Amino acid sequence: MAIRRGRGVAAINYPTGMNLGGDPTQALVHSTPTGNFMVTLSSVDLGQGMKQIMAQICAETIGVPTDRVVVDTADTDTGPHCMGTFASRGTHRAGNAVIQAAREARQVMLEVAAEELEVNASDLETDGQGNILVKGAPQKSISIFDVALSAHFKRGRSISGRGMFLIPRSYPEKETGAMKPSTCYAHACTVAEVEVDDETGEVTVLTVRNVFEIGRALNPKMVEQQLVGGSWMGISHALYETTEPYYPNRDHGGTDFNQYLMPGPGDLAQTEIIVLERPSADGPYGAKGPGEMCANPQIPAMANAVFDAVGVRIDTLPITPERILRALKAQAPN
Amino acid sequence: MAKVPVQFTLNGTEKAEFIDSGTTLLHALRDKIGDTSPKGGCHQGTCGACSVIIDGELRLSCLTLAETCNGTAITTTSGLSEGGVLHPLQRAFLDAFATQCGFCTPGMIMAAKVLLDHTPTPSRDEVVEALSGNICRCTGYEPIIQAVLTAARSNSQHAA
Ligand code: FES
Ligand code: FES
Repeated sequence: MAIRRGRGVAAINYPTGMNLGGDPTQALVHSTPTGNFMVTLSSVDLGQGMKQIMAQICAETIGVPTDRVVVDTADTDTGPHCMGTFASRGTHRAGNAVIQAAREARQVMLEVAAEELEVNASDLETDGQGNILVKGAPQKSISIFDVALSAHFKRGRSISGRGMFLIPRSYPEKETGAMKPSTCYAHACTVAEVEVDDETGEVTVLTVRNVFEIGRALNPKMVEQQLVGGSWMGISHALYETTEPYYPNRDHGGTDFNQYLMPGPGDLAQTEIIVLERPSADGPYGAKGPGEMCANPQIPAMANAVFDAVGVRIDTLPITPERILRALKAQAPN
Repeated sequence: MAKVPVQFTLNGTEKAEFIDSGTTLLHALRDKIGDTSPKGGCHQGTCGACSVIIDGELRLSCLTLAETCNGTAITTTSGLSEGGVLHPLQRAFLDAFATQCGFCTPGMIMAAKVLLDHTPTPSRDEVVEALSGNICRCTGYEPIIQAVLTAARSNSQHAA
């Protein structure tokens, strides 16, 4: 009987979004009379940072500071359609829709500015600070504030745009069954080190080292935050969490928080996060979905580490002490 | 059923309410008084999201009857900032990206505040211990631990 150490590796390939019959998200963008911009979505921000990222994307596209953009989310009665924020699709799908809507709004904004400045709209550019300048002659400029006022009160224009992003439905090929469920994949690799007590079956996670390839990180601090939390959640899925410990038998299934096991602040593994940015071809400013995928590679890495430590393959989650002990017993020579 | 009066100070302001006997402090704060900073996660004392400070002690407001709080001084996270300036713990949570959905955050900050009030320069283990009654689904705890340690450092610099 001993504490045994093991190391496991796993790599994953994770689709951004999910295509079960077409995967659309729509967005609307319009300016207020004072040149702030409103993004209207039905996508939900439940802590993943949807509002911040959509504000950044809209601001970047229109050419205003991020704090000039207000994002209104999650009214599915009245907002433009969104399939939902799941399957790591929010940034990618809604982001692309916001870019399209913001481009259309930007075009109207430049047309109004062109009329005010008596130049061609194609000769104008934005400075990112809320001003529109004549290319090559920046002393000739107008603020977006004044452009919006003019559009609303003088020229009767609506500085607004419609955005739509759709991954069309992919049908399986008859011969091979091959299909294209997604257009964009994130990747991750985890190396985990564990100690397994072969007497009690307890697993202690020592280190979890992750590399994530997530396209371009539109907000690096928020990406890091997601990956740190996700890595922890991957460990939690691998070793702790279940509502159905003896599925399909309901015995001992938790019924509330009290009986739902997750690692607490005292059970943290030493965690390392490395981000690789490889901009995606069809992502908004190169982004992919770093959401769900970041909690996946830890699970097979942990299973492999347990195998390395004590020589048993646990193929049911979570990898509980009981499962390890039963497997060790089954394997032991009589 | 006859209502019972309760009176306490909440973040320095006198509050008086008539409540149904048996109302939890969490319910009274959120639904009667309108301070929604304490969150109701489990309503059975296991998640820490409803944590408040009563007379300097950390308490679970979901397990505290409001009528037992007569004459006490209650602090919630919504009372921490002063004149629009965030409390060092709030600042540290922001700077450390120690909050995602934010549901656990007020409870975490309450637990951390009681820790720092008693132990201004805690060790990492003391921080972990102080937060161990609070569940977070999103952050993986490490950013929260770092935020509390940072707030403690900024406190001690302040005092020095
Ligand atoms: S709501 Fe009070 S501990 Fe969960
Ligand atoms: S930030 Fe979501 S529960 Fe802690």
